[in-house]
Amino acid sequence: MIIELLTYIARFVLLILLQLLVVNNLELTTYINPFIYIIFILSLPVNMKPWIVLIISFFTGLVMDSFYSTPGLHMGATIFMGYLRGFYLRIAANKEDFETSVSPSIADKGIVWFLVYALTLTLAHHLFLFFFEVYSFFEFFRTLLRITSSALFSVLLIVIGELLFFKKTKTR
Amino acid sequence: MRNLIYFLYKYYTFLLFFALEMFSVIILYRYNNYQKANFLNFTGGIASQFYETVNNTTNYFSLREINDSLLTENARLRGQLLNAYYQNGLAQTSINDTVYKQQYTYVAANVVNNSIMQRNNYITIDKGAAHGIKPDMGVIGSNGVVGIITSVSEHYSTIRSALNSNTKISCMFKKNNAFGSLEWNGDDPKFSMLKYVNKHVEVTMNDEIVTSNYSTLFPQGIPVGKVYSHLIEADDNFYNIKVELNTNFSTLKNVYVIVNFMKEEQLKVEATNKSDN
Repeated sequence: MIIELLTYIARFVLLILLQLLVVNNLELTTYINPFIYIIFILSLPVNMKPWIVLIISFFTGLVMDSFYSTPGLHMGATIFMGYLRGFYLRIAANKEDFETSVSPSIADKGIVWFLVYALTLTLAHHLFLFFFEVYSFFEFFRTLLRITSSALFSVLLIVIGELLFFKKTKTR
Repeated sequence: MRNLIYFLYKYYTFLLFFALEMFSVIILYRYNNYQKANFLNFTGGIASQFYETVNNTTNYFSLREINDSLLTENARLRGQLLNAYYQNGLAQTSINDTVYKQQYTYVAANVVNNSIMQRNNYITIDKGAAHGIKPDMGVIGSNGVVGIITSVSEHYSTIRSALNSNTKISCMFKKNNAFGSLEWNGDDPKFSMLKYVNKHVEVTMNDEIVTSNYSTLFPQGIPVGKVYSHLIEADDNFYNIKVELNTNFSTLKNVYVIVNFMKEEQLKVEATNKSDN
């Protein structure tokens, strides 16, 4: 239990460092702004209580906001995503997943399942984030383009990250 | 009563979600509209310290560019010194008068963190309230306008960069003082848009755009950029002008925060106008 908790904290710190020091410095175009720190919320165990997921999302967003100096922006997006995650898993995950503490990963659930899962929630997160960032519907289609291209790129990075770092969970 | 408790029990996840989401949207809204929520103080500047540590290491890789930009700036300022001008008059009498009163001073600062590709970009610098910086002060770089201070902690401040949807900088043409408002459309960090320039103004390529004298943030005539392209729709009263920015935000390292001693006085006078109507 303690080891599990420590792994999650280590993963959290690692992901934030990766986001801030590597991904943020990619600076490809203004249309591709990937956010990979959400992998932390995506990879929480399936049977974790929804309110704990919400609290974790809240703190993840708070930490990111303090680094981006955008109060409430990432917080709102991660909470929105954390809430949708519960809904999504109730539909997409089967009973055995809820009984064992399996975490939604490529190794445990297969690549197609994970792709759909990651893409849906990443889109939800980016949708909230980018629209509240612009704070208007004046640039509706441009924002929509930014959302889809960034989400696709984020999912690509997330899948690469999963394949590189999360493979070991299969042994459990 | 029992029904209420049952209701709360059944929907506690949704209620928690609703409460947290409301909380974040409210602070988001407050921050976007009034900039009163001083977020930097709330987080205790931990993020800024983190960025400074990172920056101290990465700065060594760009020392050459920093030196170059400072050298060119020095050369430009030397050209403005009094002894760089040829004295045309015969004799000069020097009178220590009170006509010239200092209005602006500059606080030099180093960029600790910077982003250019987001829709709303922010810059963190390593000077704060301890150095006399307050929210709503203008910031310029060695080549031109950079942004506006939004929040200040003891030793750090964040700047709302000119590459931000909420930043609007009052500008004018250097040649004929026609006014416009500089707003970024989120497309390319090298260019910005100049809006509300009336159609009777004559605009040509490479016209110089400088800060206007309307703003309390910037002194008049700070360079902003050059006209890159311009067009006007048939039924439109205003130009669409694309401005090539002087400041290269991707290599920004040194900035100056502008302290305006007469800002309060100007705002006070303007406030009396508002209570008039």
